[in-house]
Amino acid sequence: MNIHEYQAKEILRGFGVPIPPGDVATTPAEAEQIARRIGRTVVVKAQVHAGGRGKAGGVKLAKTPEEARDVASKILGMEIKGLTVQKVLVTDAAEIASEAYVGIILDRASKKPVFMVSPAGGIDIEEVAAKTPEKIMRLPIDTRYGLMPFQAMELGFFLYPEAAKARAAAKIMKQLYDAFMANGASLAEINPLVVTPNGDVIALDAKMSIDDNELDRLPKIAALRDESAEEPSEVQARNANLTFIKLDGNVGCVVNGAGLAMATMDLVKYYGGEPANFLDIGGSSNPEKVVNALKIITADPSVKAILFNIFGGITRTDDVANGIVRATKQNPLKVPIVIRLTGTNEEIAVKILTENGFSAMTDMDEAVQRAVQLATGGKAA
Amino acid sequence: MSIFIDRNTTVIVQGITGRDGSFHTRQMIEYGTRVVAGVTPGKGGQKFDDAVPIFNTVAEAAKETGANTSVIYVPPMYAADAIMEAADAGVTLIVAITEGVPVLDMTRVYPFVKERGARLLGPNCPGLISPGKSKVGIIPGRICTPGPVGVVSRSGTLTYEIVYQLTRAGIGQTTCVGIGGDPINGTNFIDCLTAFEEDPDTKAVALMGEIGGTDEQNAAQFVKEYMKKPVVGFIAGQTAPPGRRMGHAGAIISGSAGTAAEKIQAFEDAGMGVARRPLDFVELIKARL
Repeated sequence: MNIHEYQAKEILRGFGVPIPPGDVATTPAEAEQIARRIGRTVVVKAQVHAGGRGKAGGVKLAKTPEEARDVASKILGMEIKGLTVQKVLVTDAAEIASEAYVGIILDRASKKPVFMVSPAGGIDIEEVAAKTPEKIMRLPIDTRYGLMPFQAMELGFFLYPEAAKARAAAKIMKQLYDAFMANGASLAEINPLVVTPNGDVIALDAKMSIDDNELDRLPKIAALRDESAEEPSEVQARNANLTFIKLDGNVGCVVNGAGLAMATMDLVKYYGGEPANFLDIGGSSNPEKVVNALKIITADPSVKAILFNIFGGITRTDDVANGIVRATKQNPLKVPIVIRLTGTNEEIAVKILTENGFSAMTDMDEAVQRAVQLATGGKAA
Repeated sequence: MSIFIDRNTTVIVQGITGRDGSFHTRQMIEYGTRVVAGVTPGKGGQKFDDAVPIFNTVAEAAKETGANTSVIYVPPMYAADAIMEAADAGVTLIVAITEGVPVLDMTRVYPFVKERGARLLGPNCPGLISPGKSKVGIIPGRICTPGPVGVVSRSGTLTYEIVYQLTRAGIGQTTCVGIGGDPINGTNFIDCLTAFEEDPDTKAVALMGEIGGTDEQNAAQFVKEYMKKPVVGFIAGQTAPPGRRMGHAGAIISGSAGTAAEKIQAFEDAGMGVARRPLDFVELIKARL
């Protein structure tokens, strides 16, 4: 789960990270009030789950409260990478002497959280990694011991040769690490970490992603989810315990298991079609899940055919069949459906389907070809 | 022969009285797996289905039965502790089926298990099966048949699909291993490839990967440098849009690292067979046996 910059900053402040004052606004009037309270030049920043906000015009300076109001009215409602800006952060525009990058990323290769720090901050860290890798220090952390003081100092001195700044940075490293661990993060980033003209080390931007598997035991963090910043159909699916991602094609796919779901989408493409979505109904299915899945898929007007691909292991195929029958009784389908199912209770499932006027296939390739054919009006095959 | 499990495998089920644990314990016993003990704290002294003794701790279960393997069906928030308990009790193979284990938990579990010399499979995996001998986990027994192909995969139902197609075509398996889709897991492709290379009965290997990470590229490099046996690979997620999570936490593409195209290229560079779709495994494997 991604959280907004203003939320990440609130978390980091709680761990002691020095961050300039600021607050979030949903209207230009609120932005003006916050700017007046800060009483100096402010920066108005779009709060969306997308990178490259600056380049898209979503980050602007404002010298006066009136200007803040003006700038906020332009940024609110703006589209950045397909997402509408609903909130802006209005924050003190600190003066900058130098910029550095500090990040912690959960790394699959070392199986540890890894610190990545670079004195070349404020810009794209991937670019630094590609062009001047010697300017990046990587330090994997054994979470059983945590970040040790000497490690924090190593990181601090890599950024700043002066002891006072290195110490200040080391303190921030520890605070960032503690925030990362306590909030079940998979990524925490300060970019840039800046030195002000009078020598203070402060965080100007913050980004955090939370491991979805942590949310059950971190209800306060789970409550930070901003559903207005997400695709509505994906929100609906998550609330129904389905994993759903909307795509641009016209073959709606309902599959059990993420790997098989991806392979099914690939096969749709292989046979000349385009998948409309990724949808995983998960392991232990019940008919209600299938009803919800069909609701979400049929709500997409670009779907021209629906494809079920179910390999019953834990999933009972008769549950899926019952779900299809129930869902289509409630809301008769307007587009053709192709059902492939095999595995646990297959005979019962086929019986349920045929009694209700559906036909079932057992071969994955044949089913995908048929669905593609129906979606494209018989042109491709 | 087979890898990791065979007729000598004796199994403890952690979470034997739970909904998933009890269901799959019955399935394992029916398949012929030697389930010798169960663990549910507070139910020690009872018997599961009047047959399998239940203990309060894994240490007790291991001491009393001498079991060498443990399979874990406990809820995600308790899974890390369950894995470490098994490793501490001295079992040598730990199979963690549980889905949804926090990744930060695994950063502590992985070194703990490694230091005790145990092999961990998973978490978030379907387990493994050596057809005709033993199954530990949830892979449906009836889709498998004994034969010469080693199967290793990051996903569950996709593995079933491909194993089923192989079996239908009369191609059996030595062992099918699901390593799981999480970012931090105990056993990777290279561990399985190493074991298949050493197993005299395995004549060819089918490997199913996914987008995200670099495990498949590392596997391809290993095949190129060390393997004499033929390997056929497949990557799921060729049409996945970059940066989106597709259910498996592992299947995240960030930037250029971990795309399907990159992985398929690595397979080709290693001289592996490349299945463009699941069905292609049948012909590609047949040609290599």
